Amino acid sequence: MAVTIHFLGPLRDLAGMDRCDVEAPLDWAGLLDAVAAPVAEQLRNERVNVACAGRVLSDKTALHAQDGDEVALLPPVSGG
Amino acid sequence: MFDIRLLDVPFDPHAAADRLAAATPDAGGITSFVGKVRAGGDVKALELSHYEPLTLPGMRDLAETARLRFNLMGLVILHRTGRLEPGDPIVCVSAASRHRRDGIAAADFCMDHLKSAAWFWKRELRGGTWHWIEPRAVDHADLARWSEKNSPV
Repeated sequence: MAVTIHFLGPLRDLAGMDRCDVEAPLDWAGLLDAVAAPVAEQLRNERVNVACAGRVLSDKTALHAQDGDEVALLPPVSGG
Repeated sequence: MFDIRLLDVPFDPHAAADRLAAATPDAGGITSFVGKVRAGGDVKALELSHYEPLTLPGMRDLAETARLRFNLMGLVILHRTGRLEPGDPIVCVSAASRHRRDGIAAADFCMDHLKSAAWFWKRELRGGTWHWIEPRAVDHADLARWSEKNSPV
């Protein structure tokens, strides 16, 4: 098992993929290391949210993803 | 009747409003808003992506908040995903209420949240290239109205 990182919206283009698997466990520092530099730069922007196991983190730097968790990188939204 | 759905194929928003009206005979009014892809401009297509674990649960939470806040008797929120063509409906919000102001306010409230506080990402095909769309400042200002102390409703 691993942690699956999902790249949403424009982050999908920046990453050049829509998801990737990395080794568990995964914390904030590990996430920044695991993604391409332009994606890591976006992640540091306060307008970019991170969800883990279906819940948006109020403090993304407290990320602690376990085996089998999905981590979603969520840039500013635009619906409707 | 509370019908909250994501749709990956074109839909008829008027049929959705008719079903709501039929299901809520005690309502005094049905308020509907339909957002669609503008036709006649230089946008050739629109694509909406979402994130399954968050998007629909977030829309259901929004519907429950609106139900309680505006005392709704029914609510339909239908939102497209995938590729849309000019003229296609993107979103439909229909609210059934005993009195008109609650329904009108509920549709306004739901749309403001769907525009800039729901888990969707939108891009447009213009001049042969895809461009990601970010919410405008006015979308955030519209959303903020609902949390201000002097909120209209």
